[in-house]
Amino acid sequence: MSTRDDMLTRIAAALEGADRIPPPQREYGATTPLPDIAATFVERVEDYRAVVERVAPDGIPAAVAAALSLATRVVIPPGLPREWVATLESVDGVEVVADQGDLSSDELDRFDSVVTAAAVGIAVTGTIVLDHGPDQGRRALSLVPDVHVCVVHESQLVGDVPESIAPLRDAVDAGRPLTWISGPSATSDIELERVEGVHGPRTLHVLLVGTDHPLPPA
Amino acid sequence: MSGTFIGMPKFQTAAKEALGNSQQRRNLQHATGTIRRKRAGVVDELDNWDELRQAGAAIKDNVLSHLDTYLVQLEESLTQAGATVHWAADAEEANRIVTSLVRATGAEEVVKVKSMATQEIGLNEALEVAGINAWETDLAELIVQLGHDKPSHILVPAIHRNRAEIREIFLREMGQVGTPPPTGLTSNPRELAEAARVHLREKFLRAKVAISGANFAIAETGTLVVVESEGNGRMCLTLPETLISVVGIEKVLPTLEDLEVFMQLLPRSSTGERMNPYTSTWTGITPGDGPQDVHVVLLDNGRTDALADQVGRQALRCIRCSACLNVCPVYQRVGGHAYGSVYPGPIGAILNPQLRGTTSDVDQSLPYASSLCGACGDVCPVNIEIPELLVHLRTRVVDEHRGGIPSGEQIAMKGAAWMFSDHRRWEKAQKGAELSGRALGKKDTIGRLPGPLSAWSDARDAPTPPAESFRSWWKREKGDPR
Amino acid sequence: MTSLPGQGMRVALFATCFNDTMWPETPKAVVTVLERLGVTVEFPLDQTCCGQMFTNTGYAREALPLVERFADVFDGYDAVVAPSGSCVGSVRHQHATVARGCGQPALADQATTTARKVYEFSELLVDVLGVTDVGATFPHRVTYHPTCHSLRMLRVADKPLQLLREVRGIDLVDLPEAEECCGFGGTFAMKNADTSVAMGADKAQHVRETHAEVLVAGDNSCLAHIGGLLTRQRSGIRVMHLAEVLASTERDFAAENELGTAGDNPTNQPTDRPTEEEVTA
Repeated sequence: MSTRDDMLTRIAAALEGADRIPPPQREYGATTPLPDIAATFVERVEDYRAVVERVAPDGIPAAVAAALSLATRVVIPPGLPREWVATLESVDGVEVVADQGDLSSDELDRFDSVVTAAAVGIAVTGTIVLDHGPDQGRRALSLVPDVHVCVVHESQLVGDVPESIAPLRDAVDAGRPLTWISGPSATSDIELERVEGVHGPRTLHVLLVGTDHPLPPA
Repeated sequence: MSGTFIGMPKFQTAAKEALGNSQQRRNLQHATGTIRRKRAGVVDELDNWDELRQAGAAIKDNVLSHLDTYLVQLEESLTQAGATVHWAADAEEANRIVTSLVRATGAEEVVKVKSMATQEIGLNEALEVAGINAWETDLAELIVQLGHDKPSHILVPAIHRNRAEIREIFLREMGQVGTPPPTGLTSNPRELAEAARVHLREKFLRAKVAISGANFAIAETGTLVVVESEGNGRMCLTLPETLISVVGIEKVLPTLEDLEVFMQLLPRSSTGERMNPYTSTWTGITPGDGPQDVHVVLLDNGRTDALADQVGRQALRCIRCSACLNVCPVYQRVGGHAYGSVYPGPIGAILNPQLRGTTSDVDQSLPYASSLCGACGDVCPVNIEIPELLVHLRTRVVDEHRGGIPSGEQIAMKGAAWMFSDHRRWEKAQKGAELSGRALGKKDTIGRLPGPLSAWSDARDAPTPPAESFRSWWKREKGDPR
Repeated sequence: MTSLPGQGMRVALFATCFNDTMWPETPKAVVTVLERLGVTVEFPLDQTCCGQMFTNTGYAREALPLVERFADVFDGYDAVVAPSGSCVGSVRHQHATVARGCGQPALADQATTTARKVYEFSELLVDVLGVTDVGATFPHRVTYHPTCHSLRMLRVADKPLQLLREVRGIDLVDLPEAEECCGFGGTFAMKNADTSVAMGADKAQHVRETHAEVLVAGDNSCLAHIGGLLTRQRSGIRVMHLAEVLASTERDFAAENELGTAGDNPTNQPTDRPTEEEVTA
């Protein structure tokens, strides 16, 4: 008998006579009403010591350039709207490269920053979810560079975790990975004292795009 | 090295030694206190916490009672998504499978995501025997590995170490296995974390093979989920060419939607955050993104034995959050090593004897490593009735010892039960207590007692019996009502 | 008082084996308080032990006859009261399990039915009789330790504190880390004596920090453990069961002031009790 068959037989034997418990009656995907979803999102992302700015749609290029004022080599996913980095690209000494899938890990390590879009923002937990569509790129892009600028639209915000699954389902069904990001990388492994910045990007800069919010004065 | 807990003494012996380590007790008290307060804060934010716990328990109970069905579904989904599924009955088989998969790639080293399952089976040691270096990449696991130490906590394996000790370990060991720490390294946690970042980055960028566990495995889609903080998980799951994940068979969830329950329960219970910094999901192979050679090893290693115990099987709901450790007054004082397993604390006390059986000294003593105070059950995000299970397993240990030459405890218990089973015998015994009470006269407490009673009186005074029991008083004052 | 809250009620007292033998002042105090409230208290003499020590040590088979006895002895009463959170916890949450585990489903049902009317002392007073002021006077500085089984098995919450707050003359102070286990834990205190003492020492330390004269709880076994450490440390702090505090009246202290002796004192420890004026000052 193969191990597989043996294990399945053992499970069946273990469950002999046991009550077969049905899945719980649960209303999946319930909404969490929030008086000001964007404000909650901003507050909760800031709690993780990430940088959050609210910008108008036409303010994205300037905000990206400002967020990356110290950057020199920036990688972007192939499907990122190129105009988002137009201002940045016009700066002398800044190189912006759109990933074509051929950069090795070592090559990616020589980029200091990355700009991506996002799929979903979860307000209550201050979480950004990437479903690695064309404007977010493959996972390594938003992992290896040290600064991650992430553009989230207010229309992508949901209240809490239960509402976040439905908008991510298509990507999972298509076989794409997900990355849930809540602040910069962090550890509490030394005396439970939180230190931001271990292996993932040490700086997370979120631009929350909404029509009501002009770029704040610099 | 982690995973080598063989030949552990019984809990009491190891506990006595640990209690004498005042540095470790201070480290533990500080760390568990911090995380306990954080957890309480974020749990209080959710007014539907109890409903979520019940949902978590109910989903897991559904999974466990249909485990064969869900595993077959998971296997199908994974295979369809391009992953290769392996089945391992025990640690030895799992280690053999992983070793041969690594060998097939030609790699001589692997990077590892923190994983309880691979620690449970002693994978690092097995790989070492095969000449393969396994680099732990979680900061705490790195501290444990470099310190030739054992993990003592599920979430924070180096919780027993303070910053000064960690600095020493880094300075002494890091350079021998890769990039050394900077010469001026202080014990500032920020600098220590930076030293780990630099040390491990070289390994992440070079590694061809990664080994992980999984927090959840979605049967419907074949999606695996890893919940982490530092980004070492993302590095391992993304950069290498080959990814091997060792997954306990109880990790299955039916649908993607079920994550809405567990992604609320786990981070708040575990790190005391609304959400952990990073969660990665992957569904087999994604062309052009991440490892293109993906394996999943489904691990039994005693889980079907636990499943066969209709009371004990609820321990398999566990999502390894470690909230029960942080509130346990025994764990807080004794630490994790005395439990003789990678699963310490209250959950370890009910999981280890079920996964490993109750033949060893340590596994027989673990169900007794609790005052049954109930703090663990109250914080469990999947409502495992830990105190009830401890009692259940004590009964198992006692029953397994019946039939041989009776021990002193068995004789005492049987004698006491015989006495209590008839109130006239009990009254007679009370008369004896009254006599000794009168003999001791006005003395209210006794200092040190002889024999086995010294376990009580070495540190505590013992009360003396009064000259008249309540029963005698009642008869004298109130008469017999019947 | 014209109509007493317990008038016409017949309550059986389950003294518990330990209290019956070692701490008779506690069940006596229960009788005193309940009779003061108009309750008719009965003490079925064929009671012995709830079996908790056996159950919690793994001796379910030895506990079984005691489960059976308990259900038989206390069948037929309006209510049963016990001055022990731990023993009531065992009756309520373990008796049926023991019976079922030993293959006796009918006994499990009987045990469940009996357990429904078994109350821990503070539960009977607050939930059943609906009183918090039981007419007690206790002019001392007191701190209260909520024992684990009353807190997390029975969920008595702050009922004992509601009762204590109504006691005249009392100076009730909070115990730091109150909800943490004292380390008694039944046979745990012997099987894991080192850990038990380490836990108890921390509890005793917190008790001392309160500068209380008296530590009060609803379980004498926990009190014996903490009290054993407190007396070994010569702390001068007495331990006392909640029932005994609630049984104390002005008269006890009037007599005490006259004679200079304590009233109900389980440990009979020589202490200088301050007068009411000193305490409330």
